Amino acid sequence: MTTTSAASVAARGRSALPRPSRIRTDRSIVRRRVATSLTYAVLIAIAVVYIYPFLINVATSFKTDPDAAADPLSLVPATWSSAAYARLFLRSEFPVWFTNSVIVTICVTAGRVFLNSLAGYALARVDFRGRRVVFAGLVAVMAVPGVVLLIPKFLVINQLGIYDSYAGMIIPLLADAAGVFIMKNFFESIPRSVEEAAKIDGAGTFRTFWSIVLPMARPAVITLVILSFQGSWNELSHFIVSAQSPELMTLTKGVAQLASGALSQGNQYPLKLAAAAIMTIPVAVLFFVFQKRITNASTGAVKE
Amino acid sequence: MSTTTTARRRPRGSGLRGREAAAGWLFITPVLVILGLFLVLPVIMAAWVSVSDWTGRGSPFSGDVGFVGARNYRTLVAEGGLATQDFGTSIRNNAWYVVLVVPIQTAISLFLAVMVNRKVLRGRGFFRTAFYFPSVTSSVAITVLWLFLFSASGAVNKILSYLGAEGPNWFNDPRGVLHVTLSAIGIDQPAGALGAHGFLGITWWEWLAGPSFAMSALILMAIFTTSGTFMLLFIAALQNISGEVEEAALMDGTTGWQRFRYVTLPMLRPTLFTVLTLGLIGTWQVFDQIYTGTQGGPSKTTLTPAYLSYSASFNNGHWGQGAAIAFVLFALIVALTILQRFALRERNTVPRRKRFNQPPPAAGDTPPALPTSTGSQP
Repeated sequence: MTTTSAASVAARGRSALPRPSRIRTDRSIVRRRVATSLTYAVLIAIAVVYIYPFLINVATSFKTDPDAAADPLSLVPATWSSAAYARLFLRSEFPVWFTNSVIVTICVTAGRVFLNSLAGYALARVDFRGRRVVFAGLVAVMAVPGVVLLIPKFLVINQLGIYDSYAGMIIPLLADAAGVFIMKNFFESIPRSVEEAAKIDGAGTFRTFWSIVLPMARPAVITLVILSFQGSWNELSHFIVSAQSPELMTLTKGVAQLASGALSQGNQYPLKLAAAAIMTIPVAVLFFVFQKRITNASTGAVKE
Repeated sequence: MSTTTTARRRPRGSGLRGREAAAGWLFITPVLVILGLFLVLPVIMAAWVSVSDWTGRGSPFSGDVGFVGARNYRTLVAEGGLATQDFGTSIRNNAWYVVLVVPIQTAISLFLAVMVNRKVLRGRGFFRTAFYFPSVTSSVAITVLWLFLFSASGAVNKILSYLGAEGPNWFNDPRGVLHVTLSAIGIDQPAGALGAHGFLGITWWEWLAGPSFAMSALILMAIFTTSGTFMLLFIAALQNISGEVEEAALMDGTTGWQRFRYVTLPMLRPTLFTVLTLGLIGTWQVFDQIYTGTQGGPSKTTLTPAYLSYSASFNNGHWGQGAAIAFVLFALIVALTILQRFALRERNTVPRRKRFNQPPPAAGDTPPALPTSTGSQP
C-alpha cells in the first residue's frame, strides 16, 4: 500500500501518467482474479454439499451392510454387491409399489393437463356468466394448506365409497388450482385473432380449444406435465389417507414403511438407499430432459 | 329484477354466445366438481367432526354421533392433560422449525441466486442444476438418505470426527440444542418462573429447549431441499431487473454490496415476500419427513401438528381431536401469514419515506420542492 503510493507520487513527480494507472489496473486485475477464484471456490464447495449426498446414496446401495456402516463416506464399495437390488425386485413387494406409482402418476398427469387446460381456457377466453366468481373461488381454494385437508379428505373419500381404490387415489389429485392458473395465464398471452379466424371458419369452442389453441400452448403444457408428474410421483400424504391395502401401495408409502423398519431387522441401509435411488430415477430423468426449461428462468416456463 | 335478467339473458341464451357460455361451464365443471368434492366439502365435514364425538366407525353424519361443542378444542388447548401436552409440544417443535428454516433457506436461496446469476460465471447451468436437484426428489427418498447420513456412525459424524468433534446420535437424541448450549455454560435448571409456569401444557423452560438434535437434522434437510426451488424464484426476479438500473448505479460509483443492498434488494421485495410467505406456509405443514423418518420421536421432539393430527385420528381414533388440530393449524397459518404481510408492509413504507426525508435538511425543509431544487443546482 505505502510502496505503491510512494511509487505513484514519484511517478507523478516525473509527470509520467501511464505508470500509476498501469499499477492500478494491475492491482484491480489481481483483485478481480482473486475474487473470481474465490467465487468459484465457494460455489464448488456448495455444489459438493448439494451433490455428494446423492452420490453416497447410489454408492451405498451397492455396498454390503457391514461396509455401509464401516465407511459411510466412501463412494467406492469395498466389495460390489447388488444384493439390495436383487432383494427389492425379487423378494419384496417393491415391483407392485413401482407399478402402482406408475399407474397413478400417468393417470394424474394426463388428467390434470387435460382438465386444467380446459378450465384455464374457459377462464381466459370463454365469456360466460359467473366467470369472476369461479375465479375468486379458485383463489380462495388455493389458500387452503394441503396437510390441513389430510383428515377431512379421508372423511369424504370414505363417505363416497372410493376408499382403498385407484379412483380414490387418482380423482382427488386431478384438479389443482395452481395448474389452472398457469394455463389461464398462458392462454391470455395468445392473440385472440387466432381463435377468431377459427370461429369464422365455423369451429366450435371445443374444436377451437383442442386443435388450435392447445397445440400453441405447448410450453405451458410441458410445465404442467413436469409439475404434475413430479407432484404425483412424490405424493405421500394423499395415498396414506386414500388407501390401505398392500396391493395399492405406492413407492412413497412403501419406502416410508421400509424406512421406519416395517420389513427389516437391523439397519439395512443399502436396501433402503437402493429403494430411495430407484424412486428418484424417474423424476431425475424428467428433470434432466427438461433441465433447461426448469432452471432457465422459471418466468419463461409460465409465460413465453 | 327477474324481468331485466330474462331480457338480458335472452339474446345470450340463443345463438353463438349462448353456446359459448354453455361450453365455458362445461369446460370448467370437472375442475370445480373435483375441487368442491375434495377441498370444500372436506373442510365442511371436518368442521362438523371437530365438534362431534365421532370415533371413526360408520358415517360421521349418522344418528348416534353426538354434538359436543368446543370440547375437542378445549381438550387440546386448555385442559392440561396429555392431549394438551402433546399439542403444545408439537407446536413448540414446529415453531422452532419455522423460526430456523424460513430465514436460513431464504438467505441461502437468495445468496445462491445472486451468485449463479452473474453473467460472467462459467458453468452457470451446472451450478443451477446442482443446487436445484434436491428439490425435485421426493421427501421420502431424501428422508431415507438423511437417516443414513445422520446415523450415529454416519457420514456427518464421520466428517465431524475428522474435525475433532464428536457428533451426537442425531435421530435418537431428544436433547434440545438450546438446553445443551445453556448447560455448557452451567445453566441446567430453569430459573424460577420459567419452570413453574407454562403454556399449552408445557413449561416455558421446555418451550425454550430449542429444536432437538433429531429436529435439527430435519431442519438441515428442509434447507437442503427447498433452497433450490426458491433460488429459481429469485433468479427469475433478478433477470427481470433491467441491466440499465444496475449500470446507472455502477456509474454512480457504488460498491458491489451497496448495489445489492440499495438497488437489487429493494427491487426483489415482491419475490422476497412471496418466498417468505410460501416458506411460512410450507414449514408449518411438516408431515412426510416425520411419517417416514421419526414418527414424532425421540421423546416426541419431532412431533408436529400435522403429524399429530394424523396419528390422533388414524392411530388413536380421536377423530374429533384430529380434525380440531387441523383447524387450529389452519387458523395459525392464516394468522401468521396476515401478521407477516402486515409486518413486511410496515417496514416497506417507513424506510422509503425516511430516505426521501434525508436529503432535505441541506436543500430546505419542504420535501416536495426537492426535485426542482436539485434539478436547478447544476
